[in-house]
Amino acid sequence: MKILIVGGGMGGTILANNLARRLKGELKSGKARITMLSASDQHMYQPGLLYVALGRMAVDELYKDQASLLEPSIEFHVDPVEEFNLDNKQVKTKSGKTIDYDMIVIATGCRAVPEEIPGLAENSINVYTEEDALNFYRTISSFEGGRVVIAVGVPHKCPMIPPELTFTLYDYFKDRGIIDKVSFHYTYPIGRLHSLEPVSNWMQGEFAKRGVTSETLFNMKEVDGANKIVKSEEGTEAAYDLLVAVPAHKGMEVVEDSKLGAGGWVPVDRNRLNIDGYDNAFAIGDTTNIPISKAGSTAHFEAEALAENIASIIKIGIPARDYDGKVFCFIEAGKDQATYAMFNYNNPPDPKPPTKSVHWFKMAYNQLYWASARGLL
Amino acid sequence: MAERKLIDARGTYCPGPLMELIAGIKLIEVGDEVEVLSSDKGSGHDIPEWVNKVGHEIVSIEDVDGVWHVVVKKAK
Repeated sequence: MKILIVGGGMGGTILANNLARRLKGELKSGKARITMLSASDQHMYQPGLLYVALGRMAVDELYKDQASLLEPSIEFHVDPVEEFNLDNKQVKTKSGKTIDYDMIVIATGCRAVPEEIPGLAENSINVYTEEDALNFYRTISSFEGGRVVIAVGVPHKCPMIPPELTFTLYDYFKDRGIIDKVSFHYTYPIGRLHSLEPVSNWMQGEFAKRGVTSETLFNMKEVDGANKIVKSEEGTEAAYDLLVAVPAHKGMEVVEDSKLGAGGWVPVDRNRLNIDGYDNAFAIGDTTNIPISKAGSTAHFEAEALAENIASIIKIGIPARDYDGKVFCFIEAGKDQATYAMFNYNNPPDPKPPTKSVHWFKMAYNQLYWASARGLL
Repeated sequence: MAERKLIDARGTYCPGPLMELIAGIKLIEVGDEVEVLSSDKGSGHDIPEWVNKVGHEIVSIEDVDGVWHVVVKKAK
């Protein structure tokens, strides 16, 4: 049984390690083989980019060698896939190889596409790549005051980032002693401040305390950099001195080029995670079109369920359990307060008021993450 | 004949049915339609509010046993 995992991010790595432990005997006897293909020899802790952008984490802390995170029984190659052929059970890689498999898991993630809104990439800051996070920090470091506008594209990775950016930036400027020279204007695509209603209700009170103004039903259409105005699809405008963007995201180009899904999102069964029309092909994490949060925890919980299922299929011919839609998201509510939202397909979230202890747990998780990636936590 | 894309957002809380519609409508051609299934009670109000404000068209909206079926035509 040749199992191919494409993508060495959080989902692919947790899946590979979990599966390798469950199939220890099969891997040893040669009955099963796990191969991972990734675009990089480095593994990035993506949530750390927020802290890099605020000058609270060094870039070095974001990375570990991917090979060091994987069980030794996993064959790891830096050789990204350039074409998927699910009907022939084959992929073609950048190095020119054709690789056959019996089962495949696609975990290639997604990417911010600020370039799809005219004027956005060159006139805003965001936190979605190492370069962008460093540029973010350089920009806010030299900002001396004015109107900060937060603008949010759809869909985006990490649904908690719009409030987190607002609250942490507020505290950043407060600590720099210039908060009286800075005003905040928060925009959001739907008719409230956050997709989760309890989070939106909490944000309303926090915004009132800080004097943060807001506009809902605001979907970016274009940015006029010369006049420092962001315009919405709904026909309104917001003037800015500093434009903080949460750009819209798309799946990876290779997914779209292989015609696996519009926008690069792979259609899968929301419980079994198999790609529509295939029993031996799966997708997890940001790669899927499941209408739930694009977040590391989603990839983590999907990877655990899928590892159990693939191991069970190999051992006894049937899967073990459904993925239940579980998501867990920390919400940084400033520099030293945080809360969290946890929910699944059947149970809505009920976030509690932020506390210092949850913030410090999040700080600890920034280190514990590496145990998660190894499939230990 | 307009093509119709289905977004089954039943039982999902974040990003939620309206956000899924906003994302999904970017992926279809002008004149094509999206049908959103939502178990969020607010969808009967908040989806038409956005669709009307941005200038698309509500083709039909129906509550079937607690699930909203909202069909939207992309107008621009």
